[in-house]
This record gives sequence, C-alpha cells and structure tokens, in this order.
Amino acid sequence: MQAALLVKELRSQLAGPFELSLGTGSCAAITGPSGSGKSLFLRMIADLDPNEGKVWLNGNERGAMSAPQWRRRATYVAAESGWWADKVFEHFAATARNGAAALAGRLGLRADLLDAPVGQLSTGEKQRFSLIRALLLSPPVLLLDEPTGPLDQESVVLVEALLKERLAGGTSIVLVTHDPSQAQRLGDQRYRMMARQLETL
Amino acid sequence: MNPILLTPLDISIAASLIILDAAISIWLKLRLHRQIAIAATRMVVQLVAIGYVLRFIFALNNLAVTLLLILVMVLVAAREVAARPERRFRDHSNFAIGFVSVAFATFITAILALTTAIRPQPWFDPHYAIPLVGIILGNVLNTASLSLDSFLGSVHRERPAIEARLALGETYRASISPLVRDAIRRGLLPIINQMSAAGIVTLPGIMTGQILAGLDPLEAVKYQILLMFLLSGGSGLSALATSYLAAWRLTDERQRLRLDRLQS
Repeated sequence: MQAALLVKELRSQLAGPFELSLGTGSCAAITGPSGSGKSLFLRMIADLDPNEGKVWLNGNERGAMSAPQWRRRATYVAAESGWWADKVFEHFAATARNGAAALAGRLGLRADLLDAPVGQLSTGEKQRFSLIRALLLSPPVLLLDEPTGPLDQESVVLVEALLKERLAGGTSIVLVTHDPSQAQRLGDQRYRMMARQLETL
Repeated sequence: MNPILLTPLDISIAASLIILDAAISIWLKLRLHRQIAIAATRMVVQLVAIGYVLRFIFALNNLAVTLLLILVMVLVAAREVAARPERRFRDHSNFAIGFVSVAFATFITAILALTTAIRPQPWFDPHYAIPLVGIILGNVLNTASLSLDSFLGSVHRERPAIEARLALGETYRASISPLVRDAIRRGLLPIINQMSAAGIVTLPGIMTGQILAGLDPLEAVKYQILLMFLLSGGSGLSALATSYLAAWRLTDERQRLRLDRLQS
C-alpha cells in the first residue's frame, strides 16, 4: 500500500534525521518530553523551518509544489494559536463561515463567539477555533501540535470524536500530545521523541 | 536683499552664552560644564570644517567630487538607520537595507527637484545639490529608521499570527502585509506632522534661514513648500523601500518566516 505521507531523511541543524511512513486515514501519535523536538518535527514536515530531506504526499514530492500549495495539503496547527484580525470570524473566508459555525457547535463553542474579539476568548477556545480553521481546508494530512493541550476533559472528548471522524474519512494525522492515553486512543502508530530523535513504541 | 554678514565679534558675544551655561552648571553642581564645553567646541570645529569643505567643493564645481561627498553623506545616514532598531539582522542586512532605501529615496527626489523645480546651471551645481541632499537625507534617515524599527519589532511579536497564516497555505506576501503596512505608516507620521504644523507651531528652519538672509517671506515660503513636497516624497519612497526590503530579507524560496536571521 502506498503511504499517504512518506518522510525520508528529514533533518535540520536542530533535529533529525526522521523517517515516517503513514497510511491514508492513519494517525501517528508522538509523545515525549518538552524540548525533545516534537514541534520541530511537525514544522519541518510543514516546511515552516529550514530543512533537508524528502517528503511525499500520495507519491507527489514536496519540492515539486509551491510552499503554500504544500501547506494547504499538510496543514500544521501550532500549540500556540495565532490571530491576525480583531474578531474571530474575520479569520475565516466569507464562504467558510457557515462551516466554521457548524464545527464550532460540534466542539462545544458558543455560536456568538464567532463575532467576539479574539482577545476575549480563553486559550482553549482559541485552540479549538484554530483547529477549525485547518479542518475547513480539509487537507489530506493534518499536523496537530497539542490540539487538546489547554482543554477540559469534556472538550477533549468532542475534539477526539471529530478527529476520529476525519481519520475514518481518509485524513492522515500526525499528532503531538503530552497525554499517553490520548496517544493510545488515537494513534495507529506510536512514537516517542527523545533528544530530537524519533523512537518507535 | 543682502544678508547681514556676521563678524567674529558678533559670534564671540553669542559665545558668552555658553559661558553662562557653564556657570549655571558649576553653580548648581550639574557637572555638565565639561560636556557643554566639549559639545560647543565640537560644534564650532565641525561647522567651520564643513564650511571650508563646502567652499572647496563649490569652487571645484565638479560632478564626480559632488557625488563623492553625497556618497559619504549617504553612508553615514545608512549607518544611523542600521544602528537605531533594537532588533538587528545577524549579517549586515540592517546597513544594506538602510543604504539602499536612503540612497534610492534621496537620489530620486533630489534629481527631480534639481532638474524640474530649482534648475541650477549645471544641474549638479554643488551650491544647490549638496544642501538639498542634506535636508532630504536627514528626513529620509528618520523615516527609514522608524520603519525598520517598527517592522523588526512587530515581526517578533506577531510571529504566531504570521506563521498561522503560512501554515494555512497563505503566501508570505499576504501573511506579512499587515506588518509592512504598519511599518510604512509609522515612517510617514513625522512628515505628516511636520506638514500639518508648518507655519503654525513651527517656522521651518530653511524658511527662517532664508528670511534672516533677507529673502522676501513669500519667496521663502515657496521654497519651503517645495521642500515639504520633496520631503514627503522622499519619506514615502524610503518607508516603502525599507519595509519591503526588510520583509524580503526575512523570507526564503519556500516562503518561510526566517526569524533565525535576526539576532536573538
């Protein structure tokens, strides 16, 4: 079977080399102490930091497409969400706002939060909206950095249910989490990052 | 309209005011009298020296020599632009950005003024070219350093926002554009303030000088208006060039945000 996401000899001055092969609709869960290079690995796949090595998506090499095209296919969601406009809804394309409201409802976010200033949202609310931004693009690969880090247990269940649905629909996910039980629940393949090297569990 | 020429005695009388400053410093134990004396001496020596340099260059009236002096002025201005921001590039990009944007803005506005409005014979006559370049340069330097400082300061603060947009597949140009706009706006504020306040809050220096030199106030005003237009044009060009060059230096062929190129 051809891997949806294939990573070979991916390295930078800071981390690697990394190897990863992830099937369509599979989840690779990575745990490990902070500072071990988990976020670096995701950022390197998304091509946000300088790196060498090769990455393929369904047989298409990363270097053959422009960086924005690549990032729309392998979409990174940072642990610290970023915002560039005042109101939440301004971060969604006009055509995507209905979709955003629907997903917000599924993740336990009040509908009126879309009209609120970003500054009034809690860290957990911002984290879920930034996940929604990525989900709306329906990329074949999601690179999620602690997507449930700041969330309460109730919201974690909602986020995991949505991610499982996406996995069943054929999305592949590389998930960084500090929660080993979440890695158990979602990960088809499990890894541990130690000193900027990936160990298979 | 002959200017009233100053004699050495006239200046010596004014210099007694420096003695007054020094006396105040000694009397109130401000411990500034040494600094006042040094600053006053530096000022006199530097100005007399530049007076001789200008007299010499005016007499030569040679394009190459005029350009050489202007190049030195631009290099000094670029160094000032590079030194001002708190955040710096690891390499010499601060200086390169300052040099390119200051030189570009100054040359375009100065040549426009010399060939269309003032039109001395020849057009590069150092009597006109050098003072004009000096005024434009001082202004453009201010703009460029404000824009560079604003851009390099905000790019650090806005990193999560910029990278969130990049991660969602937006181009670097789109992701960085709010910061570029803010940097340009920041650079243009002083000239807008200067134009709004001109004549009410301040009597601009050139106009004051020309009136003191015996020129009719309305003629002096015309010069000042021309100059303000030149300065606003120069500010616009240097703010634009500085901000776009700095944005361009912070990315690469894969449209990443390369903050690793800044000193930490």
